[in-house]
Amino acid sequence: MTHYFDTVIIGSGLAGLRAAIEASKYGSVAVLTKLYPTRSHSTAAQGGISAALENEEPDSPEWHFYDTTKGGDFLGDQDAIEVMCEDAIRTIIELEHLGVPFSRTPEGKIAQRRFGGHTRDFGAAPVRRACYSADRTGHAIMFALFEQSELHGVHFFPEFHVLDIVVKNGKCIGVITIEIKSGEIHTFNARATLVASGGYGKVFKTTSNAFASTGDCLSILFNTGLPLEDMEFFQFHPTGLYGLGILITEGARGEGGILINGKNERFMEKYAPTIKDLAPRDMVSRAIMTEIREGRGIDGKDYVYLDLRAVDKKIIEERLPEITTFCKIYIGIDPSDAPIPVLPTAHYAMGGIPTDIDGKVLKDEKGSVVEGLFAAGECACVSVHGANRLGCNSLLDTVVFGRRAGIAIGKSLKDTEKQDISKNTVDKVINNIDGLLNAQGKEKTATLRSELQTIMMDKCSVFRNEADMEGLVKEITIIKERSKRLGIKDRGKKFNTDLLESIELGHLINVGEVIALSALQRRESRGSHYREDFPIRDDENWLKHTFAFKTERGVEFRYKPVTITRFKPEERKY
Amino acid sequence: MKKYFFRIKRFDPEKDSSPQWKEFTVEMEPTERALDGLIKIKETIDGSLTFRKSCAHGICGSCAMKINGKNGLVCQTIIKDMPDTITLEPLQAFPVIKDLVVDMDPFFSKNELVLPYLINNEPPPERERIQSPEDQGKILQSITCVMCGSCTSSCPSYWTDKKYLGPSALLKAYRFIFDTRDRATDERLKRIITHHGLWRCHSIYNCVEVCPKEIDITSHISKLKRMAVRKL
Ligand SMILES: Cc1cc2nc3c(=O)[nH]c(=O)nc-3n(C[C@H](O)[C@H](O)[C@H](O)COP(=O)(O)OP(=O)(O)OC[C@H]3O[C@@H](n4cnc5c(N)ncnc54)[C@H](O)[C@@H]3O)c2cc1C
Ligand code: SF4
Ligand code: FES
Repeated sequence: MTHYFDTVIIGSGLAGLRAAIEASKYGSVAVLTKLYPTRSHSTAAQGGISAALENEEPDSPEWHFYDTTKGGDFLGDQDAIEVMCEDAIRTIIELEHLGVPFSRTPEGKIAQRRFGGHTRDFGAAPVRRACYSADRTGHAIMFALFEQSELHGVHFFPEFHVLDIVVKNGKCIGVITIEIKSGEIHTFNARATLVASGGYGKVFKTTSNAFASTGDCLSILFNTGLPLEDMEFFQFHPTGLYGLGILITEGARGEGGILINGKNERFMEKYAPTIKDLAPRDMVSRAIMTEIREGRGIDGKDYVYLDLRAVDKKIIEERLPEITTFCKIYIGIDPSDAPIPVLPTAHYAMGGIPTDIDGKVLKDEKGSVVEGLFAAGECACVSVHGANRLGCNSLLDTVVFGRRAGIAIGKSLKDTEKQDISKNTVDKVINNIDGLLNAQGKEKTATLRSELQTIMMDKCSVFRNEADMEGLVKEITIIKERSKRLGIKDRGKKFNTDLLESIELGHLINVGEVIALSALQRRESRGSHYREDFPIRDDENWLKHTFAFKTERGVEFRYKPVTITRFKPEERKY
Repeated sequence: MKKYFFRIKRFDPEKDSSPQWKEFTVEMEPTERALDGLIKIKETIDGSLTFRKSCAHGICGSCAMKINGKNGLVCQTIIKDMPDTITLEPLQAFPVIKDLVVDMDPFFSKNELVLPYLINNEPPPERERIQSPEDQGKILQSITCVMCGSCTSSCPSYWTDKKYLGPSALLKAYRFIFDTRDRATDERLKRIITHHGLWRCHSIYNCVEVCPKEIDITSHISKLKRMAVRKL
């Protein structure tokens, strides 16, 4: 079946929805999503969204700008960061007017709390900048934006899985999908296509990310020859529930929780004397892993404690109800009475599809754009988060840059000719699907996926080094070869999740390989990318963005300079 | 590790004329989730087993089904709290697509009838609309709904009248009617007091018993009823 829309948006997370509301003012909009819209991963966001509202204490967009730049270890593009921080206050007020039920101060204003790396006066002390709705901020914003999109007449195509994004002669002309329920192929011709497909934490074994976070669209675009930026930077959140990876929000430390090791020491005092447990995530994760490596895990084991016992019970009940429930259900403890065992968990992708500040996708490191193609949200790299994202800045990023992309799309429509995706292109996709459905190979999707996730976690997470990663790249190559010999059990047409997971596996392998190769070539340590063999940040050689391209000779790298407008790189101390 | 038995009601739309029970045995840690069991079966025994999942920690609402006779989320169900045999069926009262997957369109479409968005045509203030914590307290439970469908699927009134709005859509109406920032109370009330609306709820409490977010849905509906009597 063939559809036509002015704008097609892939993904119904906050980035996709915010863009949809905006683009719907200029023409017809379809949102394609492999889940029911509100099931998107944005709904899991807990802790907050940042803006210098000053509802609780003095703050300023400029401090926010500084913190974001420094938090990202000076790799973020400062023109983009400035745009985001300057637009933050307007954005939060707009969300409130759209109905988001933010938690309130006693006077009835939007309440704010502390978060990692949010400071006043350029690093002097923690500041309350995170606006939140208890610990379900993502869920609260998600429903408001979804409901508004419906009101704006956006067409939703739930459980439509994108198989291909068609870029022809430097121009994007639409998308090919499979309707999961029926197994039918649906083609969407569009003047503008926005990719808002979220993160890819499922590349790693332990992750806070949802099953759907498999990086499909990044991998699809990479295969067409478009670049991926800064893929070596993947954030490991310090406090994943031990053994499960389920996130315990940084808001827990914002409300007064502290980390303790096996000797009952508040170890963050050593690593970040000024802001301690509220240091940026990369530093806290490394600190935890260092404590564990040096034998100071709890009972010498591989976890530490997040201790909320000193936090007022009422605050826990009111502001952290969700994580309290997680602790009770999944590990059988009440965080008011017992410390929570935690370990870093793969959480957020700083790298992704390179875009300018209006969401236009870049086709090279020089800044040329792909006509008709836009990206926003976690899948994109603007880059505002640089080498390490600060908490609460991702939700802000999705809404600010989702809106900007929506506006840019609206303006681009009148100059873009509609073009139909050829039958040939669709047939190729159908043949691929048929090939998989009829494959008689011996390899199993689940086995390959779990092997990939395990080696990525072991060799390319908080600490990295050349020998490990060289081994990793070899192993990924083998997994890739083996994945050509898949055999799947379900050969039916309808709701075939066996088939979809096999397609996703291909994307995970592809993305894992780019992460590994990007990490291998960056011979310095910056933000989340820590090289044991090159432990120092090297601004002279590496203050630049990595652009990875797929070529006939394999993956190749080029570089784009970092935009520095206001803050000169300095040593990162907290 | 311990052995657990899963009895699963399966249906393949391309092969079966009616659902069939299938049994599987898997080894699991008692601390694992029922969802982990399903995944294990799919990965190691039968790749064609079909179910929805996404967040795996009770926040996205994807994985609702009937678990040992009672609706709930498999990702929030810990095996050690269960008997050794775990029986799983698709949510009842919605059309089954395949195995444990049902068509949720009839469920989601109910929301549209209650104008599920904040309506306030007064010019917005420059900053946020003020709302006291007490006022927000009134909607606090209702905003935690994850739209999993457990409630509506367990409601006898819905079983007999598929046009009935159902507990979840009524809760959605409540969420806006009791939001002090909203101005469309009368319009919404009119929409929910129709033949297939508010008065179909006979306070049977099935919904409250199954809601994985522990929302006291019936008491919210009762408040709507009291308001409707007062206002209309
Ligand atoms: C547990 C957790 C807590 C977090 N808490 C915070 C927080 O407090 N503050 C903060 O700022 N950030 C937080 N983050 C990060 C933040 O939530 C995410 O980065 C952000 O929500 C991503 O939004 P998105 O719109 O880019 O993508 P998502 O919300 O991930 O949506 C992706 C969409 O793409 C669709 N999609 C993907 N592939 C395909 C395909 N092939 N075909 C069709 N559709 C597809 C999916 O269906 C989905 O709709 C948190 C993240 C996690 C994991
Ligand atoms: S009210 Fe409870 S049971 Fe009903 S849809 Fe919402 S979360 Fe699910
Ligand atoms: S998988 Fe999200 S609620 Fe169960």
